[in-house]
Amino acid sequence: MADALLEVRRLVKSFGGLIATNRVDLEVLDGETHAIIGPNGAGKTTLIAQFAGDLHPDQGTITFAGRDVTALAAPARSHLGIARSFQITSVFREFTALDNVALAVQAHAGSSFAFWRPARADRALRDPARAMLESVGLGARGDVVAANLAHGEQRQLEIAMALATRPRLLLLDEPVAGMGLDESQQMIRFLGSLKGRHTMVLVEHDMDAVFTLADRISVMLYGRIIATGAPEAIRANEEVRRAYLGDERAL
Amino acid sequence: MTRRTVFLASGLVLLALVPPIAAALGQPFYVDVFRRIMIFAIAAVSLDLILGYGGMVSFGHAAYLGIGAYAVGIPAYYGLHNGYVQWTIAVLASAAIALVIGAISLRTSGVYFIMITLAFTQMLYYLGVSVEEYGGDDGMRLAARSTFAGLVDLRGGTTFYYVVLVLLVLSLGVGHRLINSRFGMVIRGGRSNEARMRAIGFATFRYKLVAFMIAGAMCGLAGALLVNHTEYVTPEFMHWTRSGDIMFMVILGGMGTLGGPVLGAVVLRLLEDLLLPSWTEHWQAILGPFLVLVVLFAKRGLVGLLPERRDG
Ligand SMILES: Nc1ncnc2c1ncn2[C@@H]1O[C@H](COP(=O)(O)OP(=O)(O)O)[C@@H](O)[C@H]1O
Ligand SMILES: [Mg+2]
Repeated sequence: MADALLEVRRLVKSFGGLIATNRVDLEVLDGETHAIIGPNGAGKTTLIAQFAGDLHPDQGTITFAGRDVTALAAPARSHLGIARSFQITSVFREFTALDNVALAVQAHAGSSFAFWRPARADRALRDPARAMLESVGLGARGDVVAANLAHGEQRQLEIAMALATRPRLLLLDEPVAGMGLDESQQMIRFLGSLKGRHTMVLVEHDMDAVFTLADRISVMLYGRIIATGAPEAIRANEEVRRAYLGDERAL
Repeated sequence: MTRRTVFLASGLVLLALVPPIAAALGQPFYVDVFRRIMIFAIAAVSLDLILGYGGMVSFGHAAYLGIGAYAVGIPAYYGLHNGYVQWTIAVLASAAIALVIGAISLRTSGVYFIMITLAFTQMLYYLGVSVEEYGGDDGMRLAARSTFAGLVDLRGGTTFYYVVLVLLVLSLGVGHRLINSRFGMVIRGGRSNEARMRAIGFATFRYKLVAFMIAGAMCGLAGALLVNHTEYVTPEFMHWTRSGDIMFMVILGGMGTLGGPVLGAVVLRLLEDLLLPSWTEHWQAILGPFLVLVVLFAKRGLVGLLPERRDG
């Protein structure tokens, strides 16, 4: 078995009386694409937020690349190689697409306590940012203010920003949500092209995306992970069918 | 250059022409008026660095006017008039106090941030009121303007005017470099989307804190200028209405632009000090609604009414 890049043990997070993460154990293997599926409110986003350091668990540990990162804040985890996209698109709306990605490059290109030289003329930031936009298919849209990009383009932009931090682990929270058919097909193809190069945790409702991309799938329900396994095994799992997938057509 | 840049540059040229024009009209008093306006413009530009670009709604920026003023006034009280020393103290002391206030207040956000910055400034205000040695409530006269042996003599009203103008232009230049630098992009990113900033790896707090200190230091310099202008220092410099004034200049002129705060300072000061009081004693009743209208209908301030340019 390959080594676990991300290892989660007995993770618990509650909001008041609601237990959103209920003693979750999870291993994300180095290089795999690990999908997390489950109905709305199951606790998927809360889990991703704890992996990224945006939320801190009440109990349990998160180990990344052999290091206990449970207490680390989000920026520190980014520097260890964890990047994320948000379920609700999160970009710098006032900045151009290129500025967005350049800022992500900048975060990992030495100190930002540089007060004098114009950042927008800095090729060490602009060139990699432009190349990254190119690779997600936004090459022609670099000068467009992010708020004016189409919804699907904003999602692509967000992934370009995440990739620009050169992560080892990419956490994607519903990357094709709200996309049209063409857009989502394109996104799935693009994520497929990342497979192997990046370890990915993919939260997604779109079963097409999940079964195309995932090496393994974990199913979440009421804060618990009720099953983890290869796609065929999950498809065949009776408990999963009853609890979540419900009707046959979803598969 | 865009038309807006041209407009703002010509505004600075006009400011440079105020002394000769005032002299030609036989109205030297306008030199005083516009010197004061420019001092407030520096304060407003400094606030805009954190408010407009950084999204930090500091409602206590007048604190640094006061610190800068007392940093000149207190040494002068003991007979030290050397401007190099006084102004250095003004800048460093303001930065140091901003470090303390920022370190605490920047851990909060929204209304809490506004209230905490206000509270700190009120504390300093009451400190000024309570220290009888330096005049307490009444304040104290500045025995002499800061001296800069061999460089300039601020006793000359016109010389002092141009010193302020040069410092205003320098503030704008420094501000321009700052907001377009890597550091500036981090500050602006933090205003735009803090969660995104953290997710891509920026621990934003320390950048905000440094921006807060820079803004404080720049406003401290304005305070040193203000006390030389009025030749008097009082806790009133730190009164919360003064913080409100500076904030209004920024909002009125246009947040997140460099020309905006300058334009805001010119318009607000002229309205408050000259035009409205001479028309009617109820001028405050006119000024209030005017500001509300600007905020409602010119969301990007007066500068927003000028032809667009792409960035700050
Ligand atoms: N910040 C929060 N405060 C209180 N409850 C929350 C918070 N975030 C999520 N929850 C609750 O936790 C549960 C899991 O939410 P979430 O992780 O967003 O689920 P999913 O992403 O699987 O749809 C939901 O019941 C949600 O209402
Ligand atoms: Mg969710």
